[in-house]
Amino acid sequence: MALDARDVEKIAHLARLGIDPRDVPEYTRNLSDILAFVEQLNAVDTTGVEPLAHPLEASQRLRADIVSEPNDRDNFQSVAPQTEAGLYLVPKVIE
Amino acid sequence: MHQQSLTALAAGLSSGSFSSVELTRACLDRVGRLDGGLNCFITVTEAQALEAAHAADARIRAGAADPLTGIPFAHKDIFCTRGVKTSCGSRMLDNFPAPYDATVTRRLQDAGAVMIGKTNMDEFAMGSSNETSYYGPVKNPWDVTRVPGGSSGGSAAAVAARLVPASTGTDTGGSIRQPAALCGITGLKPTYGRVSRYGMIAFASSLDQGGTFTRTAQDAATLLAAMAGYDERDSTSVDRPVDDYHAQLDAPLQGLRIGLPQEYFGAGLDAGVGTAIETALAEYKKLGATLVDISLPNTGLSVPAYYVVAPAECSSNLSRFDGVRYGYRAEDPRDLEDLYTRSRGEGFGAEVKRRILIGTYALSAGYYDAYYLKAQQVRRLIRDDFLRAFEQVDVIMGPTTPSPAFRLGEKADDPVSMYLSDIYTIAANLAGLPALSIPAGFVNGLPVGLHVIGNYFAETKLLNVGHRYQQVTDWHERVPAGYE
Repeated sequence: MALDARDVEKIAHLARLGIDPRDVPEYTRNLSDILAFVEQLNAVDTTGVEPLAHPLEASQRLRADIVSEPNDRDNFQSVAPQTEAGLYLVPKVIE
Repeated sequence: MHQQSLTALAAGLSSGSFSSVELTRACLDRVGRLDGGLNCFITVTEAQALEAAHAADARIRAGAADPLTGIPFAHKDIFCTRGVKTSCGSRMLDNFPAPYDATVTRRLQDAGAVMIGKTNMDEFAMGSSNETSYYGPVKNPWDVTRVPGGSSGGSAAAVAARLVPASTGTDTGGSIRQPAALCGITGLKPTYGRVSRYGMIAFASSLDQGGTFTRTAQDAATLLAAMAGYDERDSTSVDRPVDDYHAQLDAPLQGLRIGLPQEYFGAGLDAGVGTAIETALAEYKKLGATLVDISLPNTGLSVPAYYVVAPAECSSNLSRFDGVRYGYRAEDPRDLEDLYTRSRGEGFGAEVKRRILIGTYALSAGYYDAYYLKAQQVRRLIRDDFLRAFEQVDVIMGPTTPSPAFRLGEKADDPVSMYLSDIYTIAANLAGLPALSIPAGFVNGLPVGLHVIGNYFAETKLLNVGHRYQQVTDWHERVPAGYE
C-alpha cells in the first residue's frame, strides 16, 4: 500500500514523533517501499493458523504481589531532565 | 598477548605468566593506538577497568578465580552499566549514565571479567551496517572502506582487530551473527530466553537475545556459561538449568546430520560465498557428518514477517523515551505534546524513526489484523518449518550472509536492500532458535561466515560443531593486516 504525505504526518502524530517537513517526502517513499515489501505476506493462506507471539509459546509468569525492590527514587531521578521534591517536572498541562 | 584466545589468556592468568593488570593495560593500549581508525568504542572505562583488574589479580592470587576472572572484554552499549554512559548508539541516551546494572553486566562482574568499555552499535540496534549510530559508523578492520555489519558492529570489529579477546552483543534479526561473519570471528546467538534481557535496552522483546563475540567456539562456551541462566527479573527468561557448554566440545561428529535448506543456496547468494560454504561442508563430511538436503519452504517470508513484528514491538518499546524521566529533552517546550514530539524527533535518528512509524502504522486501528496478526501467523509457519526439519537433522547449515562486507554508504539510502542482508539470520530469531556464525574462508580478502542453526537449547551441540571445525581449519586465526 502506498502512503501519501498526509498518512505519514498522521502516523508521526500518533507516535508523537517530530518529523522535519522537508523529510516527509523521503519518509513517504521509504515507508511505502517497506509496506510494499511486507505485503508479500498477503500471498500466504494463513486460514486457521494460530498467531505465534512467543517463540517458545510460554505464557507470562506470575509472582506474588509483594514489594521486591527497595525504593531507589533518588538514584533514578538523578538521570531525569528536571525534577523537584521527588517529582518529574513537565510543562504546565492545565492553565 | 593480544593475539591469544580467551582460553589461552585464562590459562596465562591462572599460571601467573602475566597479571590481569598487564593484560588490561595491553588491551587499553591497543584501543588507544588503533581504535581511532575503527570507531569501535563509544566509551572507554580505563580507570574502572584497572581497578577491576587489580581486584581480579587479588582474586586469582587467593585461588578463588572463575574462568573469566581477569579477562578484559567490551560490552555492547545496549547493556546497562551503573554509572557508565549507556547510549544504545543514540542521541536520545547520550546523556544517560545507567542507574542500574543489566543482569548480564552483573553476572560478568561477579565472574571477575574486566570491562574496558562500551562498544558502538546501530542506533537502538536497528541496522545491519553500524551506519545508523549517532557516534558514526564503525569500520571493518579487514577493509576500512567497508561496514563491519550490525547492529553489534563495534563489538565484532573490536574482537576482529584484537582489541579485546571477547565482547557481548545482542541479536534481534542477525545483529550478532551478521557482524561476526563480516568481521571473520565467532558469534553466538543463544536460544530465546537463555540470556536475561533485564537491563538490555529493548528493541523487539519477542526477538531480542544477548550473546557472545569471541575468536573461537571454545571461548564462546566460556563466555556464554557466565552469561546464561534464569533471571526472575526478565519475564521471558527460561527457568531451566544451564548446560555444561564445554562438556561436548571435543565430541566426534561421526554421524552428525547436517541439513542444507535449498532456500539458503539459491538466487541472491554471492558465488564466492557459496564456494566457501561448499568447502566448509566438505570439511564436515571429512569429520564424519552426513549432508541432508532439506527445505524450509517459508524462508522467503521471514524478512517481510520480521519487518512487521520487529517495528511493531519497537514502536511500543521506544514509546518510553519521552523526554520526561531520562534521556534527551528538547529545549523550551511549548507544552507537553511539544515536549514529547520534539524530544523524540530530535533524539532519534532516521532509521529508528522509520521503524517507529512502520510499527505505529501496523498496530494502528484497522491495520492490526492485516499486518501484525498476519505476520505472527506467518511466524508460526516459519517456526514449524524448523520443527519439521529438526526431526530429520541435528543442525542446519548455510551462509550467514548473502555476500561479504559491503561498502560504507552502499545500502544506506535503500532500507529494503539493507534489510535483505539479514535474509539467512532472521528466521532463527522468529523461531527463537540458537545459531552460531564461524569463520569459513575469504572472498577477495573479506571473511565469510558459516551459519549453524540448532534446535532449542542445543548451544552445546552448536559449540561442539564449531569447535571441531576450528580444530581442523585456521580461518578463525587469520588476523586483518595492521592488527597483528
